[in-house]
This record gives sequence, structure tokens and C-alpha cells, in this order.
Amino acid sequence: MKYLSEYRDADAARRLAEALADAAVRPWTIMEICGGQTHAIIKYGVDELLPKSLTLVHGPGCPVCVTPVELIDKAVAIAGMPGVTLTSFGDMLRVPGTRGDLFSVRAAGGDVRIVYSPLDAVKLAKENPSLQVVFFAIGFETTAPANAMAAHQARALGLDNFSMLVSQVLVPPAMEAVLSSPSNRVQAFLAAGHVCAVMGLAEYEPLAARFKVPIVVTGFEPLDILQGILMTVRQLEEGRAQVENQYSRSVRREGNPGARELIREVFKVVPRKWRGIGAIPASGLGLTEPYRRFDAEHRFGVAELSVEESGECLSGLILQGLKKPPECPAFGAACTPEHPLGATMVSSEGACAAYHRYRRLDPRSPS
Amino acid sequence: MKKPEVQGPVCPAPLSDHPNILLAHGGGGRLTHGLIERVFLPAFSNPMLEARHDGAVLDVGGARLAFTTDSYVVSPLFFPGGDIGSLAVHGTVNDLAMCGARPLHLSAAFILEEGLPVADLSRVVASMKAAAQRAGVSLVTGDTKVVGRGKGDGLFITTSGIGLIEHDLVVAPSSVRPGDAIVLSGDVGRHGMAVMAVREGLSFESSIESDSAPLNGVVDALLAAKVEIHALRDLTRGGLATCLVEIAESRGVRLDFDEAAVPVREDVLGACEMLGLDPFYVANEGRCAAFVPGSQAEAAVAAMRSRPEAAGATVIGRVGPEGRPSVVLRSRIGASRIVDMLSGEQLPRIC
Amino acid sequence: MCLAVPGRILSIQEGSDPLARTGRVSFGGAVKEACLAYVPEAKVGDYVIVHVGFALSVLDEEEAARTLEYFRQLGEIAAKEEKPSDNGIGPHDYSPPRGGGE
Repeated sequence: MKYLSEYRDADAARRLAEALADAAVRPWTIMEICGGQTHAIIKYGVDELLPKSLTLVHGPGCPVCVTPVELIDKAVAIAGMPGVTLTSFGDMLRVPGTRGDLFSVRAAGGDVRIVYSPLDAVKLAKENPSLQVVFFAIGFETTAPANAMAAHQARALGLDNFSMLVSQVLVPPAMEAVLSSPSNRVQAFLAAGHVCAVMGLAEYEPLAARFKVPIVVTGFEPLDILQGILMTVRQLEEGRAQVENQYSRSVRREGNPGARELIREVFKVVPRKWRGIGAIPASGLGLTEPYRRFDAEHRFGVAELSVEESGECLSGLILQGLKKPPECPAFGAACTPEHPLGATMVSSEGACAAYHRYRRLDPRSPS
Repeated sequence: MKKPEVQGPVCPAPLSDHPNILLAHGGGGRLTHGLIERVFLPAFSNPMLEARHDGAVLDVGGARLAFTTDSYVVSPLFFPGGDIGSLAVHGTVNDLAMCGARPLHLSAAFILEEGLPVADLSRVVASMKAAAQRAGVSLVTGDTKVVGRGKGDGLFITTSGIGLIEHDLVVAPSSVRPGDAIVLSGDVGRHGMAVMAVREGLSFESSIESDSAPLNGVVDALLAAKVEIHALRDLTRGGLATCLVEIAESRGVRLDFDEAAVPVREDVLGACEMLGLDPFYVANEGRCAAFVPGSQAEAAVAAMRSRPEAAGATVIGRVGPEGRPSVVLRSRIGASRIVDMLSGEQLPRIC
Repeated sequence: MCLAVPGRILSIQEGSDPLARTGRVSFGGAVKEACLAYVPEAKVGDYVIVHVGFALSVLDEEEAARTLEYFRQLGEIAAKEEKPSDNGIGPHDYSPPRGGGE
């Protein structure tokens, strides 16, 4: 496939790995903060090509993993109500709340459907006035323009049978939270390419300057990731702390202003709770006043639901890059994809699931 | 920054203890296998069942017979390249062929939902007749039941089949040997993506058609070429990855294969990329993996390619040493990783 | 969070309002309708990066070629045991302005 397959070339990967081995003189810890990058790294085995001195850590970059338990419980509660059709991206269906996941709601007779695009949910509402269609609007900034358009369309159509359960989160506050933690070991970041395609590069510059960390906007194919890491290592070795763009074929410095305009119309910045981490101020998006009536939490009376997180599940520490999945005592034992204890094992982008599915040939890792 | 609160274990109920069947139990992955191991096998235990092959090989009155059964619950009933009827015939023919048997006779039991248009039923039946003729089998007995509206997806079909084994080979996972070549009969992912293309909510335009086809001709070609077939397994719900894991676990052996060696059509790949699906876990209905002695790999490929259903046959890997079962993939960029079954069905993803 | 794939625009359907602009986008032959509201400059034949049915940016084919050229050059450069030169090959360095700026 054009503009995809070329970035999976074995020879180029080997050459990038050699260049990395030359460039990386001192040990460094680099965090990537995107579920898509986690998935690609483990699927292609990119980390196997890295020099041993480099530690690649997976951050809270999976919107599924960081959606708090209580939001899953709210989705489950809403989906179980009569007359409701809950629509969602596939990723969310298997994430456990405290009272089961959305799949089990379906098993018990609830109407839960997978959609490809948020606009499919709006269309469903438009064509079925007798259904109360709720869309589970998760995502980072990459998905915000799509979710915003869905709300915009619903309002333009005057739909009274469409609402959204919003779980939108923002990357820079998460990066700041990681960097501000006293136990932080992260020295540089690979920034999520598609988030930056929307948001541009400007909001990363203050972070790079304040914490003196290189931030390289990186794509999702193995060659992109290897090149992103190479650019990061060069900065680290040279003592630079700048925002660079590896993914220049898809990301422009200014991002997508039109998309941001619509995000601003529909959403405003709000505090958000991150699963396994806790509340981070100004780290999420909520609906603006004109769109308040599309808020499913209020429409279905679940706004006050509040839940404590699991003790055994270490996803919080994993999401902050403080532990790797195989270091969790429950990994592969009490916690597997068949019976996950936390979101990082359920989401196909979660670090734990990725590690479990695409396991290393390491005899030490649990089978 | 506040450290994560640790309140004490509040973990969700493990899926394996779930009191109700979930759709994921039908995905062909770990949950399906768990159901088989925990519910079915203990109740019906006998050596033939425990062989866990696609069909049972039975010694009956001096003849070696293969016997198999399958149910078809696909929705929609009609999809590009096939329908539930042709799927049912091909599926049972293939299970028999994978035992090294010549498929002879099929039975078909129909569960019809009240309200199903008879025209649809006729169309399915005509398709079954054509498929049976193409595969050289006859439908010799059947049954029909009707359930109330809302209690069935229009139409469910259960087919059983018997075949005759006319050679001395034991074609089963137990015959797989370290050093065997793994030959895949063609490109993967067509069936799953053909059905996905017409599935509500995820549909897209494409010319992808299901690869549903009978594979007994391919097995005949291998036998005629005197290839010492060790094992055959058709790829179905869980895709190539699941098929290989099943063989590795049945036999207790390591399997190695190359990502770059597995053919995937560009439009199938495009559809998978768009939905975030891995083609190695997407369903197939007309593909098989053959395990043959390494020295006969070329002969096996040539024999398979002589049949149109396996025109794309190619070696994708080797059988490694006996021991802890594992399937190891060498990725496109030269790194290795372990491949396992999924727990349930593969879902489209956004991240 | 970012499954977005490059696809080629086969046709564009203008809506009554620019936000309703959609296109048929081909991913290796599998075609899906995508909202083009966020890429008003996109034309038929362009490649766009599509996430959940929305084109988020038009793929810059020159930059793509530049990146691939960089990979190719790495092989030659590695053979000469030199570091890659700063002659404009490779992704652009969007570093903040030195002295002053924000």
C-alpha cells in the first residue's frame, strides 16, 4: 500500500538500527505516548532493533486504557437502560468496569453496536427516531475533531435522540504529569504523530523548554518510529531539547486549524480523571454550553457515579512508564486478555495486552 | 502529583467464570477453546475426541472413515463470493479433506426462523447443490425445524459429513515432525473482509469476495504427487495465526513463520489497515496449511498450485523442535515475536 | 490513539456547506467514504490521512519522498562511516526560535 508499506522496509530498518547503535553512546530513557506506537513497536519488534542502552517506555497514550473505571460503569449503566442504543468504537467493548463490560451488557440483552465513525451514530439517530442513541466519545486530540463534528451535526439536525458520553483527554497535561512526578526517569518523548496533525507543534515547545526534554513528533510505521528514536537520541547526545518533526509527510507545524476551530466550538478544556493516575487539571475536554444538552451523563442521570480503582491492577504505574507489564505480578497469571484486571490488558493498544499478545521470546516472560 | 490511590482489590469478574455465553465464545480464540476444554471434553471424553482434529478418524468394519460436523450461523446470509449454504458445504468437505479423506456424503439440518423468505431459502439450497456438485459429494439426508420470530438469525445450518481414507498416511497434527515445511495454500483474509464489507456499521466498497472453496481437490493433488502429507488444517474463524497455534499446541512443537512470506491482497490489507485489524486473525474459508517433509516442500507447492483453489500456494515457515508449543513470527523488519490466539473475536479499533 | 491510514481520494461530493464535504477514499482498493471538512484544499488524486472516517491532513508527497530518500541515503552514508549531513535531507527541524520567541 502506497505511503504505508515503504515505511516497513527491512533493509531501511536495519540501517536505521545501525545508525542508532552508532549514535547512542550513553544510556537514555525515552517515552512514547501513543497506543498506536506501542502496538507497532511490539508487533514489529522495533525494540529488538534498539541498542541495549536505550530504554523505551510506554506512557498513558491509549485513550481506552486511561478512561476511568467510573466512565465504563456509566456506559454500562446507560447501555442497560430500555430504549437506549449505545454506539462505540470497538476498542471500548471489552474494557472491564466494576460491574462487567459493554459486551456483557449485550449478552444480557442491551443494544450495543460498534461504529467506525461518530457520524455513523448520528446517522443511526436520524434514521431511528424511536431509539435514544448514545455515542461513547473517547479519544485524544486525534479523535476530537470527529467527535466534535458528530455533535455539530446532531445540533444542526435538531436531533433530540442523540447524546455523547464524553471521555476526551489531552496529551500535553499527561506529559507534564509524567515529567513532574518525583520518580520520573523519562528523558525524552516521541510525540504522537496524528495528535500533532491536529494540534500542531506549538504546545510542546513550552514543555521541551521547561523540562529540558527533546520531543520528536513521530509516525506509526516501524521506520517512522526508528527514525523518531534516532532523532531523539541525537538531541540527547548533543544536549539539545527541541521539538522536531519526524512525521513531516502528515504533520505540519501549524497542525489543522480548521479542525481546532470545530473542537473549540463543541468542547472546552476541563479537569479529567485518568484511570490508574488520578485527576489531572485541564487534561480533558467537556461539552460547551450550547452542546450541554447532548451530554449523556446528564441526560441519563449518571453524572454522580463515582468508583474507586482496583488495587491489584498496576496499570497506573504502567501507564506512567514506571513499570513494564512483565514486572506486574498479575501479568499473564491472574491478569490475561481472557480475564483482564485492568484496561491496559484489555485494550488492544494497552501495553499489557500488546506485551501479552506479541510476547517476546524471552524465557523469563510468563507464558 | 498525587500517587495512584490503592484501595484494595476491586477487580471485575474474570471472563472465564462468566455465567453467560458471550459472542466472544464463538470467536474461535481462547474463550472458544476454553469452553471446549472445560465443558465439552470432560463430558464426552474418548480418544478420538481428544485428538482435537477437525474430524474424527474411525475404524469401521476394516475401512478408515472420517466423520465431521459443523454449524453455520453467519450473518448476513448472502455475502460477496458466497452464502451460508456454500459455506456449509465447503466447510464440511474441507474438514474431511483435512483428515486426508475423500469426502463422500453430507447431511444438512436447517433451523429456519419464522418469517424467513422462502425465496432466500431456495437460493441457499441452490447454492448448496452447486457447491456439492463442484466438490463431488452428495447430500443424502437432512432435517428441518422452524423457530419463532426473533429466535434465530434467519437461518442456521448444521452439516455433517463422512469420507473415506484411501491411503495409509495418518494425516493429523500428531504426524507433524520437526523440520517439516509449512505450506499455505493462498492469500489470507478474504472471507472475513468480504463479510465485513457488508456488515452494518463497518461496511465499505470493495471487490473482495469470500475465498470459500472446497479443498479436497488440493488434497487429491498432493496425494497424487506422492507427497507424504503429515498434517493439514484449514484456516477458519481465527485466521492463520489461530490455525498455527492450534497445530503447535496439539502436537507440542514450535512453529516458525515469516510475516513477509504470507500473501495478503492489497485491498484486503487496505480494509484491515482502515479498521485496525490484523490480517493474520481474519477469517478464511478456502485456505489450508499443509505440513509436509522439508524435502518435499517444492513438490507440495507445485502440486497445490496445479489447482485453482491453491494457485497462490507458498512456503511460509518450518516446524521447529518439539517441546513447549509456540508459534514464532519473524516480522517484516527482522525481529521475532510470539503469536498467540486472541481471547475472542478481533474487533476494529481506533487507536 | 491514532489509527489513521493514508488513502487516495477517488471522488469528492460537495455538500450544501463546506463542513458537509465528503469523498470516496481508496485504501489499496477498499473504498470508504470520508468526511473532507477538515481538508478543504484536498483534490481528487490526493492522498489523505483518515481517522475514524475523517481526513485530518493531506499527505505531503514531497516530504514523503524526502523521508524515503533519507532512508536510502543512510545506507550509502553508513558505508562511508560518516554522520548524515545537514543539507536539507530529512525531516524539518521545527525548533523554537533561539533568543526571544515565546
